[in-house]
Amino acid sequence: MDRFLYLTFDGLSRGAVYSAFALALVLIWRAARIVNFAQGAMAVATAYAGYSVADATGSYWLGFVVAITGGLVLGAVVERVVMRFVDRSSPLNGVVVALGLVLIIQGVLGMIYGNEYRPAPAPFSRDAFEIGGVALLSRYDLFVFAAVGAVVVLLTLLFTRTSTGLRMRAAAFAPDVSRLLGVPVGGMLTLGWALAAAVGSLAGMLVVPTELGLHPNAMDLLFISAFTAAVLGGLDSPVGAVAGGLLVGLLLAYVGGYLGATVAPMAVLILLVVVLLGRPDGLFGKAKARTA
Amino acid sequence: MSLQSCQGWWRGGRTGKRTATVLAALLLAAGCSNGNSNSGGSSSNTPGVTDNSILIGSHQPLTGPAAAGYSEIAPATKAYFDYVNANGGIHGRKITYKYLDDGYNPANTQQVVRQLVLQDKVFAILNGLGTPTHTGVLDFLKTNRVPDLFVASGSRTWNQPDKYPGTFGFNPDYTVEGKILAAYVKQTYAGKKVCFLGQDDDFGRDSLAGVEKVLGPVAAKQTYVVTNPNVGPQMGAFKAAACDVVILASIPGFTALSIGTAAKIGFKPQFVVSNVGSDPRTLTKTLGAAAPLLEGVVAAGYLPLDTDESNPWIQLYKKVNTQYNGNAAFDNNVVYGMSVGYLFVQALQAAGKDLTRDKLTAAVQKGGFTGPGLVPTRFSAQDHSGYAGEQITKLVGGKATWVGTPYTTDDADGAVTAYTGAAATPPQNGIPTAQ
Amino acid sequence: MTIVEPVTTKTKNQQKSLRIAKLVPLLVVTAGAIIVVVLTYTLPPFRNYQLATIGAYLCVTAGLTVLTGLNGQLSLGHGALMATGAYTLAIWQNKFDLLLPGIVLAVLVTTVAGAVIGLAAARLRGPYLAGLTLAVAVVVPSITSTFDRTFNSDQGLSVALEPPPGTIPVEQWQAWICWAGALLTVLVLAYLVGGRFGRDLRAVRDDETAAKLAGVGVARTQIMAFVVSAACAGLSGALFAVLSQSVSPGAFPLSLSLFLVMAIVIGGLGRLTGALIGAVLLVVLPSAAQSIAEKAGSQHLEGNLALTFFGVVLVLVMLAAPGGLASWKARRKLPTQKG
Repeated sequence: MDRFLYLTFDGLSRGAVYSAFALALVLIWRAARIVNFAQGAMAVATAYAGYSVADATGSYWLGFVVAITGGLVLGAVVERVVMRFVDRSSPLNGVVVALGLVLIIQGVLGMIYGNEYRPAPAPFSRDAFEIGGVALLSRYDLFVFAAVGAVVVLLTLLFTRTSTGLRMRAAAFAPDVSRLLGVPVGGMLTLGWALAAAVGSLAGMLVVPTELGLHPNAMDLLFISAFTAAVLGGLDSPVGAVAGGLLVGLLLAYVGGYLGATVAPMAVLILLVVVLLGRPDGLFGKAKARTA
Repeated sequence: MSLQSCQGWWRGGRTGKRTATVLAALLLAAGCSNGNSNSGGSSSNTPGVTDNSILIGSHQPLTGPAAAGYSEIAPATKAYFDYVNANGGIHGRKITYKYLDDGYNPANTQQVVRQLVLQDKVFAILNGLGTPTHTGVLDFLKTNRVPDLFVASGSRTWNQPDKYPGTFGFNPDYTVEGKILAAYVKQTYAGKKVCFLGQDDDFGRDSLAGVEKVLGPVAAKQTYVVTNPNVGPQMGAFKAAACDVVILASIPGFTALSIGTAAKIGFKPQFVVSNVGSDPRTLTKTLGAAAPLLEGVVAAGYLPLDTDESNPWIQLYKKVNTQYNGNAAFDNNVVYGMSVGYLFVQALQAAGKDLTRDKLTAAVQKGGFTGPGLVPTRFSAQDHSGYAGEQITKLVGGKATWVGTPYTTDDADGAVTAYTGAAATPPQNGIPTAQ
Repeated sequence: MTIVEPVTTKTKNQQKSLRIAKLVPLLVVTAGAIIVVVLTYTLPPFRNYQLATIGAYLCVTAGLTVLTGLNGQLSLGHGALMATGAYTLAIWQNKFDLLLPGIVLAVLVTTVAGAVIGLAAARLRGPYLAGLTLAVAVVVPSITSTFDRTFNSDQGLSVALEPPPGTIPVEQWQAWICWAGALLTVLVLAYLVGGRFGRDLRAVRDDETAAKLAGVGVARTQIMAFVVSAACAGLSGALFAVLSQSVSPGAFPLSLSLFLVMAIVIGGLGRLTGALIGAVLLVVLPSAAQSIAEKAGSQHLEGNLALTFFGVVLVLVMLAAPGGLASWKARRKLPTQKG
């Protein structure tokens, strides 16, 4: 029983990070109809920036803030300099450009920092509390839940209660009409990318201390799990992203814990196939909502 | 289907100009690579050898999950060769050591070794690192008759004189080490539950075979793969089985990961670690703030300890490290690298001035080298394995300390016996003379 | 009556041209074969090995460019299909050591795998298909760890091979085998694509609804495209197993699948010459980047320089010349949004 509890919390903790990352992917999809395959690489780049600052100044939190700010900047830059010019006649163009960006970012990071695994310490202890003799959560897990929860709440508030959020939604849903109504569509798009990249950077900073170390390919697995989660939940749906992330995290934890670590990816593939066969647009996706 | 589209298909239509540019660029690139083909010259048809130079190659994990610690080995070996070159080289030849990164990925090892042998035409391959990586190139090296010396791994695969006459090991066999570690556990932790975590390849399998020869079947066994840096399920299973002692056949990154993950779930067994994954400085760096977890960890070694200032070999290595290795951090990986270099130079001396590949392998096979090891090497016509045994160490106060005496044993069912020979001292100038 | 005769004459000329046109692929392939044989006798061993590698890559890039370029399905999982072919050959060779049946078996097994994936993917579009194939690319290598007794996990398997007949050097032999496979693939694909199958592929890519109305079975065409490209990938994987005489999951990582996509895009989507350019790039670029890095003398640069270079070329080509993508410019709708 306590193994089950431990696995549940471990799965939820990982799942929370996947949810955040999947949210970043969904944000960009809703805004620009592109799956940002470069999200993982962008998150790694900002994590490197964050940890470099943390090592130089001795303050993890300063590095943390730098990473998130870096995400904002990087997202805006990528949108303005690269994505804006992608031929939109096919959604596949954006995918291929993003893949190119991944190679560039990982190559440059490797050239600057080398490919060795840099130890990336966590800001809170990762030892688990014992509640009634059962090792459950650690302080770090609680921090992860809090951070992701805050992000979800903030984004929801932004999109549903602020006028900026309304403008962003309008720009994504009906760009021509919005332009007529005076909404700066291009600017809203950039803002969307910046926000999404910041969320991705947050997810990246949360996941790095749980890995063997920071290295240019550190977020590849995270991207794959998060993308799977987003697809599972439906690329159109933020609720789907969160649900998908938690679902994938739990599945990986249970299957990994009970059946062995190597079987876990297969379980996710099977889940993906089953869901997509029945609902090709994901669990919460609106079937044929938009024609792009 | 129209004629035009068929022709367009083959002529490339509007991509014609682009095709031309790309092809031109490719030719340029091919020209660049062609001019760079570094054959190192050859004298009397021996690849890689001229009257004043020797070119040797290696594949090393300079990046990737195994780079922690291991990436320091080849630079240390090179530093020792630079020291020897500065003192005139061997029989008037200076040694050039070209080591390429394979990222501990067997597929890259294939590419890299082929490049070294076919394009760079190296004289020999030295200290190829990794059990999974090196296993794949044995046949290629044998077909091309390249001496494959002092493989950086303890797999029994290197000890097959009939099948691979040019391949020689260096590390003690993992089975030998497993038996010695198990003998210590049997003596010190009699009656306790013993579990085993090993890499999912010959390294882990050979080690487990040795452990079970002495202790019998272990209470629980798990494996890990280098591509999956999450050992939570494995540690969880050990905790559920209530293991008292956990033997690790793991590379340094995964030793740290296992110890850290176990602490995270509140599981604190006695860890006993293979020599290849136990360098204290590497583990401390990887564990960071969790370094105190290393206290009391048991491991084993067969070369002088990096912290042993009074040992003449360490003094020699430190001198070389400061002058020729850019004063890099001095740890057991550096000691290992320089010991490999020392042994190779001994082999070169023994092979004589008229250097050929066959003469080199014959010299190694003759054996009888004395060096920094606590126990002798076993090179002979029937045995291509490296060092014959190890001595137990224990981590106290962040430093490894020797426990008891060195032991030797074999791969089969021979007993684990104490070794009482005296340790050798290095020559005055640190460069071996011909024997 | 007079109306008919001039028409008949024109048709006869057209028929003659068509017959010649049908021979063009065969002529090109024969010319290619002659060039390759001449090269293998003049190049040094390492270059022959690289030539052989290009041939092996050409098999998979040709199939992938048909799938993605002509049929519009983006697959990020072709590395996994190559792994399927490679491992099948390895296991067969270690049991029986008969190369040609082994290669045929590898192609068959991978075709079945491709059919399974194609069936699952037939209803998926765009990023959902990409996501599924991405998951396949990640999962297949992990199967080697789950069934580690058969597949030997990360260490992989070595491939038993007979040495080449007579005194033919190993690298030359490898080049012949790989290019035999590559030229055969190109020939078969050229004829398939030049006929009705190619028309159906393009029709489904350009406008599914119109294709359906015209009587083209959309799902059937998409599954067939997947199956054909999977067979090519299986052949390619088997050839790689022959080349390196070993198979391991590390030889077929996700980045391989991504590099394949990049190669066919730069080469020119939907064109077999594009597939050839892509295959050449995949071998020459890393090699060139490595020599540049060696001259610069840093360990960090080598692989990373090639990566960066690939990425820059990819982004530039995609942005500046979607003309390479002209063969897949899809829906004739208004662009949904401008930048």
